[in-house]
Amino acid sequence: MFEQIYNHFNDIVAAILFVIGFSNLLFQKNLIKKIIGLNIMDVAIYLLLASQGYISGRLAPILTDGSENATTYINPIPSGLVLTGIVVSVSVTALMLSMTIRLYRKYRTLDLDEILVKVRKEKEDKGEG
Amino acid sequence: MADFNPKEKKILYRAFRITAAILIVMLAAALIFCMFDLPGLFSPDHPGENIVAERYIESGIEETGAVNFVAGMILDYRAFDTFGESNVLFAATICVMVLLLVQDQSKSRVRRKRSKKNGTVNSDQTTVSESQTSFEQLPESKAYYEDLRDEREIEPRLIKNDVILKTIAKFAVPFILMFGVYVILNGHLSPGGGFSGGAIVGSGFILASVAFGFDKMERFLNRKSAGIITFVSLLVYCLAKSYSFFTGANHLESGIPLGTPGAILSSGLILILNICVGFVVACTMYSFFSLMRRGKI
Amino acid sequence: MDFVLNFPFFSIMICMLAALSTFMLGRRAAAVVAKLALLITLVLSVILTVYLHGTGESFVYMMGHFPAPWGNEIRAGELEGVMAIFTCVIALLSLIAGKYSIRTEIDDTKQNLYYLITCLMEASLLALIYTNDIFTGYVFIEINTIAGCGLIMIRNTGRSIAAAIRYMVVSLVGSGLFLIGTTLLYSITGHLLMQNINESVAALAADGSYSVTLTIITALMTVGLAIKSGLFPFHLWIPDAYAISVTPSSAMLSGMVSKGYIFLLIKLIYRVIGFDVYSSTGVFDLIFIAGIIAMIMGSVAAIRSGYLRRMTAYSSVSQIGYIFMGIGIANSAGAVAAIFHIITHGLTKSLLFIAASSFTGRKEDIRVSDLKGLGHKYPVSAATFTAAALSIIGFPLFAGFIAKMLLANASFDCGWRMYAAIGAIAVSTILNVVYFFKCIINLYAFGGFEEEKKDTEGSTAEETADESVKATACVDNEDRPTKYENALHGICAAVLAIINLYIGLAPGLLSDIITKGLNVF
Repeated sequence: MFEQIYNHFNDIVAAILFVIGFSNLLFQKNLIKKIIGLNIMDVAIYLLLASQGYISGRLAPILTDGSENATTYINPIPSGLVLTGIVVSVSVTALMLSMTIRLYRKYRTLDLDEILVKVRKEKEDKGEG
Repeated sequence: MADFNPKEKKILYRAFRITAAILIVMLAAALIFCMFDLPGLFSPDHPGENIVAERYIESGIEETGAVNFVAGMILDYRAFDTFGESNVLFAATICVMVLLLVQDQSKSRVRRKRSKKNGTVNSDQTTVSESQTSFEQLPESKAYYEDLRDEREIEPRLIKNDVILKTIAKFAVPFILMFGVYVILNGHLSPGGGFSGGAIVGSGFILASVAFGFDKMERFLNRKSAGIITFVSLLVYCLAKSYSFFTGANHLESGIPLGTPGAILSSGLILILNICVGFVVACTMYSFFSLMRRGKI
Repeated sequence: MDFVLNFPFFSIMICMLAALSTFMLGRRAAAVVAKLALLITLVLSVILTVYLHGTGESFVYMMGHFPAPWGNEIRAGELEGVMAIFTCVIALLSLIAGKYSIRTEIDDTKQNLYYLITCLMEASLLALIYTNDIFTGYVFIEINTIAGCGLIMIRNTGRSIAAAIRYMVVSLVGSGLFLIGTTLLYSITGHLLMQNINESVAALAADGSYSVTLTIITALMTVGLAIKSGLFPFHLWIPDAYAISVTPSSAMLSGMVSKGYIFLLIKLIYRVIGFDVYSSTGVFDLIFIAGIIAMIMGSVAAIRSGYLRRMTAYSSVSQIGYIFMGIGIANSAGAVAAIFHIITHGLTKSLLFIAASSFTGRKEDIRVSDLKGLGHKYPVSAATFTAAALSIIGFPLFAGFIAKMLLANASFDCGWRMYAAIGAIAVSTILNVVYFFKCIINLYAFGGFEEEKKDTEGSTAEETADESVKATACVDNEDRPTKYENALHGICAAVLAIINLYIGLAPGLLSDIITKGLNVF
């Protein structure tokens, strides 16, 4: 059992982080905390990906000492996927943050529930939807 | 859906919380179970260690010319993904611009209409008093400019006299920019590449704008120049990759020299693509900051 | 290699290039470029589909110099061709019909960005349709999500941004689940290309190893895609998002954006996990039940809502339920019916939103009871709205009828699924009738009344009403739709209605293409 946990340490941490981030993203009322949750979730996935590629004792996938043997280096694919994922995460975070800025300027609160209440009130005032 | 009384709402909310908690615990259990099933950290017989990874490493240098196998993989073997990735960044920039960009009010539609109505076609006039009167009757999306204007007025005063920041930035910014350029240009040789280097350059720009004010940054990185840089870089990226995809799929020779592995001028398109991505990311990072800070690039 | 086989790649790249060039153009030029790009893409897709229908085969296209497991690939067959045509048609017609809405409701200087977002959306949808690599799928899902967010919040008011942020949160939860599913799938198979994953998964399933893990992965990815397309328990963002955004956005979001994810799910079932392994995991039951609940709950919510566009949006929830039910029937006939319904529902729902735009005018939404007499004021919109409503209800002669019939047929000989499916279709149809007939009756029945009233009460009431409308909504003449825009709007609505009627009268060709396409999928 203990050895199993030791062998899968990164994976388990990634799973726990994923669930923490996931539940923060879904259930936090505060928009900034939601965004933090989103980032935790993404980081958990990168940790999982990176630990999938990693095999102890091997080198980073950049040519060293002229060795072109596949067993010298770790798998380059997960690293590439993490790179792509980071860019996606940055874009999404920027977009969410700028939406939060706009909402805060308009409604003067970061609480999504309060914002929705205010939105509904506004709609009823206008008589639309 | 709106007409529940508060008591029912409370009960519903509690039920929702409990269900959610149960689902989250189930998700956690399922994931952790999955993780035990995976090949562990120290096992060399990971399914990922197959012909794919082997070829990326063993023939990567002949086929892509990149010493950094990851750069070779993301910019040559799996270039379509990376092309999509830079488009994600582009799409996000566009959405942030839609959200936060404050146009010159003289150009905006509502503005024009008002001046037409008042009989004054003098659209260049944007004195504060006039725009204040017009805000009351404008649709709500315009009211947001009022908040922004206040912010912009506070901005320069806050950072004007910070000697420590200015002095440190004077020394740090050139080194940051230089390091960023180094990372971009060596993307195919060492860790790094277009995205990381671009982010470093962008952070250098941000530091400069914080220390010396946006006015000085605007001399060389304003909306127009940032737009042109992004556009040209993405266009080069798009056309270069289209050419490479097209020749590859039709089994034509691309005719792009790969150079000697290890030299700066090597690895065919990868260097060019890294530079393009670097430009795009630097401009994007700076414009994210600038848009969030003051609604302009 | 025939030159035609380059067309999927060309259509993606043309949309991307158009998106890039609209960045630097003014609003008029951007509109022309975007529409031209969509038109070219449409023509290319039609040629491709005709060609593939002739050969009856699918093909794989290398994106780059490296073959199968090393490089990226895209793949096209008849089915992909039809889906590409369908998305192009909806995007093009929505943009043309929504010209007035775009002109008046989006800030002048940001209109070119709207066209840009549309082009990016189309490019990402095409990539999702053609992709043969699961990670490429993930990247383009993200573009699709961000572009969808752009479509929702383009009006730039507080309400639209609140709707967009709800959409983003739900979508990001979905992409997170999809991405972790992809990662786990990669770590047990070692591949990202659909074909290779399929082979490895088949080998693993034959071994009997990783059976629980496979089930969890399948469930994670399916739930992720279902969340993103707005299946029942995750549908709460839909009404706000569809009802608040501008008309072309609503038409595109309901017509094609959520459908892209469903198409990817079908790809996941048939090309990644493999149908047999997928059905052994029991996720089909989950989809089926969620679909049935969505059918009923969506319709009930639509009846309760009382506002025109919001009602139409809730109707989308129920129609997405139909599609998921079709997939959940778990046979190939069910998948054919589901894809058929994707197309018919996309055409119908975008027509509903386009037609509704002339009733709502510049308001975001109006009450159904305020529709009284508008049928006589806007004859074309009312006629097309009626046609679309009848199609959704499943009235014979219209495409929706064929879709419902295919769904019911597919569920025969499926044990308990048959009773559940047919019962749900019956109940949902009755509920559809309730809320759509309310609109139709309101549109037509009271027209005569009002004219009489006008005659008796004199024209003062009408004049004041007109003036108040002028005062609140439109100050200038510039804000009224021009004749040209009205004509375009009418033509687009009519084209959509005619396509709908054509599919309803001659469903053979479409269902034939889908069946054949699914066989070589």
